[in-house]
Amino acid sequence: MTTPGPTVYLDHAATTPILPVALDAMTAQLAAVGNANSLHASGRSARRVVEEARETIARSLGCRPGDVVFTSGGTEADNLALKGIFWARRGEDARRVRILSTAVEHHAVLDPLDWLASDDGAEVELLPVDERGRLDVGALRASIERDPASVALVSVMWANNEVGTLQPLDEVVALAAEHGIPVHTDAVQAVGQVPVDFEASGVDALSFTGHKVGGPYGVGALVVRRDLTVSALVHGGGQERDIRSGTLDPPAIAGLAAAIEASVKAQPEHAEHVAALRDDLVRRVVEVVPDAHLHGAVLDAALDGEAGGRLPGNAHIGFPGCEGDSLLMLLDARGIECSTGSACSAGVPQPSHVLLAMGCDADQARHSLRFSLGHTSTAADVDALVEAIGPVVERARAARPR
Amino acid sequence: MRIIAAMSGGVDSAVAAARAVEAGHDVTGIHLALSRNPASYRTGARGCCTIEDSNDARRAADVIGIPFYVWDLSDRFHEDVVEDFMDEYAAGRTPNPCLRCNEKIKFAAVLDRALALGFDAVATGHYAQLRTGDDGLIELHRAVDHGKDQSYVLGVLDQQQLAHSLFPLGDTSKPLVREEAARRGLLVADKPDSHDICFVADGDNAGWLRDKLGERNPNTGGDIVDAASGEVLGQHEGTVAYTIGQRRGLRLGRPAPDGKPRFVLDIEPVSGTVTVGPREGLRIDRITGIRPRWCGTVPSLLAGPGVTVQLRAHGAEHRAVVTVEDGGDRVAIELLDPAEGIAPGQAAVVYDGSRVVGSATISATARSEALG
Repeated sequence: MTTPGPTVYLDHAATTPILPVALDAMTAQLAAVGNANSLHASGRSARRVVEEARETIARSLGCRPGDVVFTSGGTEADNLALKGIFWARRGEDARRVRILSTAVEHHAVLDPLDWLASDDGAEVELLPVDERGRLDVGALRASIERDPASVALVSVMWANNEVGTLQPLDEVVALAAEHGIPVHTDAVQAVGQVPVDFEASGVDALSFTGHKVGGPYGVGALVVRRDLTVSALVHGGGQERDIRSGTLDPPAIAGLAAAIEASVKAQPEHAEHVAALRDDLVRRVVEVVPDAHLHGAVLDAALDGEAGGRLPGNAHIGFPGCEGDSLLMLLDARGIECSTGSACSAGVPQPSHVLLAMGCDADQARHSLRFSLGHTSTAADVDALVEAIGPVVERARAARPR
Repeated sequence: MRIIAAMSGGVDSAVAAARAVEAGHDVTGIHLALSRNPASYRTGARGCCTIEDSNDARRAADVIGIPFYVWDLSDRFHEDVVEDFMDEYAAGRTPNPCLRCNEKIKFAAVLDRALALGFDAVATGHYAQLRTGDDGLIELHRAVDHGKDQSYVLGVLDQQQLAHSLFPLGDTSKPLVREEAARRGLLVADKPDSHDICFVADGDNAGWLRDKLGERNPNTGGDIVDAASGEVLGQHEGTVAYTIGQRRGLRLGRPAPDGKPRFVLDIEPVSGTVTVGPREGLRIDRITGIRPRWCGTVPSLLAGPGVTVQLRAHGAEHRAVVTVEDGGDRVAIELLDPAEGIAPGQAAVVYDGSRVVGSATISATARSEALG
């Protein structure tokens, strides 16, 4: 099928175009030689790039440079936090076998937790969320208080990647702090979209990645308090506090820092811009398809970025009577790109575990699309979607299997 | 036309998709995810529904330059093909799941969805040819490459299905298709052909059935009885491991009195009895078929020099006289060339020359007095 006109990219939550400053910072380093661990001038030069990037990130995210542990991205940062903190905490006290998290985490959290439970003796509890996708804090409290000494770690995402709901992290941190339990948060979707300050949040560890903030792919970090012991996943040359060995990638790290700095600085205006587009998108799509409905938190720009509110660029919409993958294919054929939620490695659409946890049935969980706006989004993108969505939904309804 | 190319990840469907593009069609590639649990299905290069196969199909679509998606039809496949396969075996019959899949999945569920989404036809890599007849109807014919001809497994398609199908490989031999794939830069050019049944991971039908049938398994053992004497010759571990005409795996331990090999002549799932006898006992020349499916107009009597019946994939052509009975619900087939080892559940596909007239599911076989 031919694609008319330019691509309308409404999948920024999957990945967003690289920012010019990040591209510049990265390309400036690509041809430079120097292993950041070498002792000579070239090594020192590479090391300087890495350390300046670390300092830039620390300034942007409200942490200390020494808290930043570079990784290959969000998935590795989540794995390092969950496994590394669990192993260290259980090593200190064998009673600490429980990990408390939520039913709506990204697979980069859920799958390591599954593995820790099946292969490493962890007792994982995935706490329920309400119909908007917000953690039931009462359930977390009850779970902690049942036996606080057995909790190794609490992990709650900052903002949900599918429906964009922001979690009540302040309450989570306060509850965990009463019992000295460390808290990890997957902030991959939050950084650059809502204010994120590591120190102020009170969390002990925070994951983020480059390509969601206009930086390069394949690089991210775990911000983790220096005084929290973390066991290593990747052993080797002892880089990154000896918890993440491997030669550092100065071009990627420089690009990451530039993107973090720029996106955090631009965050207030960015949020306002994409929230306005998002509100327009939702309003007009529902005008065209009256039974379409928004999943997650209510549309209220005042709540964007607040616990229980939603990410400013996120519009997750259910289209009753449609298959999400039919909608995606029909929109794709018109050059409009969005997402159905999670797909397995073979590309088979699965009913979203997030929507199921929010109380949707399997049917509802299959008929939804996520539109996510970002720094390159324009009113013309919304216009194109609004123009296409009516016929696309009609067609997808006709194509629904018996 | 706007075409959906069903891409298994094999060489044939990849070349078929490329040819559809070259013919000027607007082509979108899809791979069917047919397994609810990919790990339980076959892995490696032999199958058509693993993640590797899906990736092979995706890479072929990239090379051809068409959009590619995975369609999840695992629920439909399980319901219409896998469950049917199990039910048929439990009833002592020998089904052909490939025909079933073509009838219910590829040229039904997929085609329906494609048409609803605004496509005009489904293209596959089957070796068969479509022609327009004098009456304006679409005719299904054998492929030029008789060794690869797959018109047998398409014999269940009706006029509506044929009218929205494309078989771009029907005029080409397999070696040439492989050469063409290599020339087009398709990495699947030398991928081995798939065989057997795609959802039976290791090709061990009997083991798979014993595993999956559970309470539906009609028996887990019984007698192996000699057809002539009625004598119990041995025991078996479930009739689902047997099919009519089978010779291997009987493990009778002692030869027949005449020293000749023995074959499965009959399977009775309720009592669990497997009847064996000499090869002559397999010969039949009368077939009753049910659930007939016709490619075009429903015939009443088919006779003549070109009328043949094929009874298994890549099997021989038997000259035949075919009578449609019971207002079209039943088919009586008289074989002029007797057949051996024909099991109920298999499909009888009727040809007139190279043209497929239709098909029926074999419900019973018999031997006329002429056969003795």
